[in-house]
Amino acid sequence: MTDILIKNLPILVVLCPLMMSLFVVLISNAFISWILTLLTTVLTFILSILLFQEVQIQTYISYALGNWAPPLGIEYVIDKVSIIPIIIISSISLLSTIFSYKLMPFEVGQSSISKVYSLWLLAIAGLIGLVTTGDAFNLFVFLEISSLASVALVAMGAKKDKQALVAAYNYLVIGAVGATLYVIGVGLLYSITGTLNMEDLSNRLKEIDNNRALIAGFGFMITGIMVKAAVFPLHIWLPRAYSYAPSAVSVLLAATATKASLYILARILFSIFNISDDLIIITLNYVILPLSILAMFAGTIMAIYEKDIKRLLAHSSIAQIGYITLAFSIGSKASIAAGFIHMFNHALIKGGLFMAITSIGYYLQKRVTINNLSGLGRQMPITFFCFILCSLSLAGLPLTAGFISKLYLIKATISSEGIWIVFLILFSSALSLIYLWKMIEALWLHENIKKIIINENPYIYISLLIITFLNIYFGLDASLIVNSSEGAANTLMGFSK
Amino acid sequence: MIPIEYLILITVFPPLLVCATTPFLSGRTILRDLLGPIGGLVSSWGSIKLVQAVLDGEQPKLEFLQIAEGISIGFTVTPLGALFGLVASVLWIFAGIYSVGYMRGNKEKSQTRFSTFYALAVHAALCIAYAGDLLTLFIFYEILTFSTYPLVTHKQDELAQKAGRLYMSILFGSSVILLLPAIIWVWVITGSLEISQNGVLDGKIDPKYAPFLLMMFVFGIGKAALMPIHKWLPAAMVAPTPVSALLHAVAVVKAGVFTMLLVLTNVFGIEFLSKTGASFWLIGLASFTLLTTSVIAIYKDDIKARLAYSTISQLSYITLGGALASSLATQGAALHIVTHAAGKITLFFVAGAIYVGAKLSNISELNGQGKSMPLIFIAFFIGSLSIIGVPPMGGSWSKFFLMLGAAESGYFFVIAVFCVSTILNVYYLLEIPARAFFFKKEKEITAKVPLLITIPTLMTCFLTILLFFFIEPFQNLASLMVGK
Repeated sequence: MTDILIKNLPILVVLCPLMMSLFVVLISNAFISWILTLLTTVLTFILSILLFQEVQIQTYISYALGNWAPPLGIEYVIDKVSIIPIIIISSISLLSTIFSYKLMPFEVGQSSISKVYSLWLLAIAGLIGLVTTGDAFNLFVFLEISSLASVALVAMGAKKDKQALVAAYNYLVIGAVGATLYVIGVGLLYSITGTLNMEDLSNRLKEIDNNRALIAGFGFMITGIMVKAAVFPLHIWLPRAYSYAPSAVSVLLAATATKASLYILARILFSIFNISDDLIIITLNYVILPLSILAMFAGTIMAIYEKDIKRLLAHSSIAQIGYITLAFSIGSKASIAAGFIHMFNHALIKGGLFMAITSIGYYLQKRVTINNLSGLGRQMPITFFCFILCSLSLAGLPLTAGFISKLYLIKATISSEGIWIVFLILFSSALSLIYLWKMIEALWLHENIKKIIINENPYIYISLLIITFLNIYFGLDASLIVNSSEGAANTLMGFSK
Repeated sequence: MIPIEYLILITVFPPLLVCATTPFLSGRTILRDLLGPIGGLVSSWGSIKLVQAVLDGEQPKLEFLQIAEGISIGFTVTPLGALFGLVASVLWIFAGIYSVGYMRGNKEKSQTRFSTFYALAVHAALCIAYAGDLLTLFIFYEILTFSTYPLVTHKQDELAQKAGRLYMSILFGSSVILLLPAIIWVWVITGSLEISQNGVLDGKIDPKYAPFLLMMFVFGIGKAALMPIHKWLPAAMVAPTPVSALLHAVAVVKAGVFTMLLVLTNVFGIEFLSKTGASFWLIGLASFTLLTTSVIAIYKDDIKARLAYSTISQLSYITLGGALASSLATQGAALHIVTHAAGKITLFFVAGAIYVGAKLSNISELNGQGKSMPLIFIAFFIGSLSIIGVPPMGGSWSKFFLMLGAAESGYFFVIAVFCVSTILNVYYLLEIPARAFFFKKEKEITAKVPLLITIPTLMTCFLTILLFFFIEPFQNLASLMVGK
């Protein structure tokens, strides 16, 4: 029994939300559809935990779809690398499903709940599929599934604010361009190697000298994925999409969507292609490194001048994605591990911050800007407390998960590149204190003019409390994350050799 | 017999317990006000036992958890830490009694909130003293900053808010932007943050970079109030006087110079510093701060402002002692933590007593008031003599060692700096008792100083004299610290 289960885990973890999404759409009762969604995410989470345990033992689980042996058939691969985004996606989707219980009916209307949850599960299935698949073309399919579902989810915000439609349209067009670029790249690589399986691709690419098709294919793939991962300056879809989407969707997308794409980026850079290759070295040093540094500063500075809080957090995400890509661009084992550590921690941090801010928006019944935060901290002590802890984590103060990210990022940077990058990292994270302080000051120190009475709702703050607790827990005992990220980096670097 | 590891907890936890229970006792003011001094007694007992243990050559150690490789949260009692812990806990008893007298005498609002954060600040200071790891130190350093913020802004008027903002932005900003990165830097090159006996950087860091790392530490430790990051200390004087006395003459600023000494002796190491001259610039900066702020103090008419500048100047003595990188100067610096604390807390107690008793806060108004409050002004006189360094007051020992250290290290101009500063000390401190006793009285004031203020003031005053005769255990600790 268990053997069969374990053998089929890689496909189950994708199928479970995918199938349920088709089922949920048929249910008209809002509550039942929420319960089913919750059960599905719980199940997905359990499956991904099982996978995590299994990967620790076997290190590599492969599943051949339809029993067509790879490289001919489609292969699903779980190894120490892909398990990290799977854990992120499944845990965040579980938490944000709990979080959405009160907010979703309020924001999208009782009648369209089941449609929303169907899309919700579809997006989750797409994201998990994206990181599970070992096939470059199948990846494109999941990329499209997840983006189309997310676009529709963002558009659901239109009931509250019509701007959401514009945001969704932007997201759709830019996302489609990104996906197209990616698939062109895949096509070019297929034309010279004749395979779509990533491992096979990697093996065959070693035998081919640099030719134009290869360089062009690589360029297309990377650019396409960078659009999806919102790497500066290809991030323009992100602030709008995050800020006009329904609250729970913002949480889900902010914490997971770009992470999956960043994982793909790492896969392409380090496992399909070879790190010692000139092409990759040039890309890392002259494209990704400068862009990451620009992202760190541009995102932070935009956040400092932003008044709308959801947008502010979205800008800050761009800066944080900059840290992750910066870690990748250094290209040492330690730095890639640091990138994965921050990927995980940033999901926790941004998830928490978005939850706090959107629940403030729910209590206020309007868009949250810096001005109408005045003095609310005292009205909602729990939300405020969690918000402060997550902010401290974002700023990278000790005892929080963010500190661990900063620590390993700096360690990796110092030991390979020049000290100047470290100073840039420190400087931009010092700048991030400005916008965090701005929010905390407004929440706590400013006078509350309107004297609104707010009763905090346990359905809303329970997941916020959990995610905040995780921020602290992984700041106190980082061994789990650090070890699995180092395992991921080792696998990733070993793959290409 | 209690295992010595638990002595750390016995010392560190009373203030935390006081902090946790005080909010529930806002109705029972007597019980609430008793908690502080009782906690102080328990903590002091623990810290005295710890000093004995350290003098016996033991090193009590307690580790709670390991965060990452080479980074853990835990306590280790070093000789310097034992010294600072003793100072903070013993003076908490007196400051605890005093603050009751002051807050009641002055009819301050929100006394419960005040006592809560006061105890929390003491807890943080004690944890800094016994921190076994640079990260633990950093965490409690921040807790100290945050817990004193409500105390500084206690009056909740615009002036207090403004001062509070300056206070936070300098202390919190400097520590996050410079101190934390400096600590991470140490971790990256040595792989550990544990506080060890001698320096850890020798051979690990290119001597070329050492002054920069030191600079990050020095300007990151805003609590040591070196120029140009000293502005927060005069600003913090808007707080009620018990805060200025215990926190801004003892706990907070001493936590700053304690961290500074720890960095100089236990991270860089005296030998490494004297070998590479990495701290040469710091000698110059500390001397400059020392003299400049003494001069500024002369021009301050507000008693607390004058004492604040005097504190900045005295803190620079300690930093200077560490920067000289000679074993005698470092011992002098460690002793100065003790003697200056006893002296300065007395002076602040007096400033508060004058304010509560006669509602006076400017020096120019004190003419001839000595006869209405003789004991208070005598206490001030004795405290001043200790700060100036006249025997038989405790302050003379630390100055003596600092001067010897300056001679040992070969920086003879530092001796001149000390001499000039002593003259300035005489000028700006003795002006106050001189005005009170020898000037003609300008206006008639009925001064009534509560007993709960007079008693602790006289006790700390007596302490400065006692320190002259019983300096030996402190001196032993200081020599243990430099490994002798």
